[in-house]
Amino acid sequence: MADYIWLIPLFPALGFIINSAFGGRLSKTLVAWVACLALFAAFLSSLAVFVEFLQLPAAARVFERDIYAWIASGELSVNIGFRLDPLSVIMCLVVTGVGFLIHVYSVGYMHDDPGFKRFFLYLNLFVFMMLLLVTGNSLLLMFVGWEGVGLCSYLLIGFWYEKDSAADAGKKAFIVNRVGDFGFLIGVFFLFVSLGVQGVWTMNIGEVSRNAHLLSVPVVTVITLLLFVGAVGKSAQIPLYVWLPDAMEGPTPVSSLIHAATMVTAGVYMIARLNILFSMAPDTLYVVAVIGVLTAFFAASIGFAQYDIKKVLAYSTISQLGFMFVAMGVGAYAAGIFHLMTHAFFKGLLFLGAGSVMHAMSGELDLRNMGGLRKKTPITYWTFFIACLAIAGIPGFSGFFSKDEILWKAFSSSHGDLWIWLLGAVTAGMTAFYMFRLLFSTFHGECRASEEVKHHIHESPRVMTIPLMILAVLSLVGGYVGVPHLLGGDNAIEQFLAPVFGPATQAKAAVNFDIVASAWAASGGGGHEAAMELTLMVTSVLIALIGIALAYLYYVKNPSLPDRFTARFAGLFRWVHNKYFVDEFYEMLFVRGTLKAGAFLLKVADGWIIEGAVNGTAALVKRAGERIRKAQTGYVQEYAFGIILGAILVVGYLIVIPMF
Amino acid sequence: MFEDNFTWLCYFLSGILFTIGAVGAILRRNMIVVFMCIELMLNAVNLVFIAAGGSLSSMDGSVFVFFIMTVAAVEAAVGLAIFVMVFRLQHTINADELNLLKG
Repeated sequence: MADYIWLIPLFPALGFIINSAFGGRLSKTLVAWVACLALFAAFLSSLAVFVEFLQLPAAARVFERDIYAWIASGELSVNIGFRLDPLSVIMCLVVTGVGFLIHVYSVGYMHDDPGFKRFFLYLNLFVFMMLLLVTGNSLLLMFVGWEGVGLCSYLLIGFWYEKDSAADAGKKAFIVNRVGDFGFLIGVFFLFVSLGVQGVWTMNIGEVSRNAHLLSVPVVTVITLLLFVGAVGKSAQIPLYVWLPDAMEGPTPVSSLIHAATMVTAGVYMIARLNILFSMAPDTLYVVAVIGVLTAFFAASIGFAQYDIKKVLAYSTISQLGFMFVAMGVGAYAAGIFHLMTHAFFKGLLFLGAGSVMHAMSGELDLRNMGGLRKKTPITYWTFFIACLAIAGIPGFSGFFSKDEILWKAFSSSHGDLWIWLLGAVTAGMTAFYMFRLLFSTFHGECRASEEVKHHIHESPRVMTIPLMILAVLSLVGGYVGVPHLLGGDNAIEQFLAPVFGPATQAKAAVNFDIVASAWAASGGGGHEAAMELTLMVTSVLIALIGIALAYLYYVKNPSLPDRFTARFAGLFRWVHNKYFVDEFYEMLFVRGTLKAGAFLLKVADGWIIEGAVNGTAALVKRAGERIRKAQTGYVQEYAFGIILGAILVVGYLIVIPMF
Repeated sequence: MFEDNFTWLCYFLSGILFTIGAVGAILRRNMIVVFMCIELMLNAVNLVFIAAGGSLSSMDGSVFVFFIMTVAAVEAAVGLAIFVMVFRLQHTINADELNLLKG
């Protein structure tokens, strides 16, 4: 398989090419088959690599093949090549596996859409770009994928471009992402030049990692901060998160695949990929962790006050991405990737479930008009329920293992901090609350929809419910690849990723640990690390259970409570409901100024200078022509006179000049 | 000496003929007369060639003359044909009235 790793990105590319060349003539069914099979083939090849990896010794688990010399200039040569190691294999499996399920789901969801074929075209292109991003062996190829997924995201958010809001959301996503991409690109160039000055001109990720020790810490700090700006844009963290909620204008499978499971995790993947650089810069890591935990908390709080089912999920995604960045920031790369994987399962499932709800409710998105769907859409309800349990971190479900691993590392790692753990744990409780608020107000209680909508409520077709069920199973069991030692597991995923991230850091933080450990010891516990971990685990589970209980109290037991609450704290509620007016703030701070500058430049630079120069030249030529054309009288004899006069002048010149 | 004087005489005559032709071509308005003036200029040049060829004992001058006469004959044929067509269309061959190419 090692020689054929380029097959993984090739399959979706083939699907894209076939559908774009012949899609117009193929039937809808055939287009869907081509797109889904392309994904399935890519999934099978990823699986083949994964199985082969398991049979190899850990040190040999890197396949790298260059297939084409892309740029060769002096000492620099950049190849188009692919690199598969445990990290990229996990990413490939998630992207192609979840991607395949979402493709299948889309066949049902988009069935009556006039843009059906175009949709699958974009989806395949997206998966190709995403695989390029995770398997490319050079920073440049990674950047191509990075931009490619941004493009596909733009195309798919604005898929229903005839709606103004969708077109605007697409533009917003693209422009906000540009800000991050700019930082990323500068970071890549800075890294390239700093290594080049040390004599290593390379873009190859493996070589960069091997030669990272040549760089000084301040340089690495600047580089990693710039790269992190890119991650902030792509993965929707503070302050560039504003595009993701609006991105929900796209079709729901897109929200699921791109804006929950795969693309938005590209930033996390990038940090994990370049973990050697980030580990060299503790300051950057601290920034990453702080941004991550603040985003997690901030987005979760907005999720409290949203009525749009997809908006709640979007803020939840931002919040969960924050958790992944916390993991990156405290150096627990494996835990972050673990959470990335489980999050892809349960958040992909939540979005697909939301799509199924929309399908049943004739496109209704507002929670206030839902309720009581449990009976009529049982499969959607149960799968959604499992996903909610998983994201809330209930023991036994996938989210519990990954989230708890992150919180434990945030507390215990040498890069971690007590307040990061505390905020993270509170956020986990908030997550449980707003997810169950979503679940209860959608599926429980009385149905608040209009009679006509109520009449149409039905379970989705099998092509949509089967992916839901598979993802539900994955959300249920996906966590068991990373059962911590404490609970009798061996944390298989961390061991699998060890060749990329190095052995798990056993050196625990001195200070925080000691404070709490001594408290524990004083209370007669054991003072052991394991006991510590268990305490934290129980604490976070308790917090999650409190969140669920509160949601139950507010939305099932006593449905009038939320209204009384919002009436009591109307100002606060309005502030949070309008997302803290951050969009308006950005509008005032950046957008309006930019638009004004744009209008000014349009008038002055474009209107006066450029247009003036172009039109001025034309006018000059025209006026000169009007003058000169008078010489063209049309009288043959005047021309003849001109000829003779000219001849006389030439002859005269030839005669006169030799005289001197 | 005699031959030399004769050659110079020919040059002089040729110059007079050429000038008459040139002035006529510019000043006359009847296109046929203009045309004849052009023929006159051509023949003035022929005369120079012949005279120079004779004085230099070279056949080159005569060769040029043959070519010029051929071209002149062709020109006469084409030119007269054009005048006939112009006359049919415009009912005149007065140079002053043929100014459709005015810019």
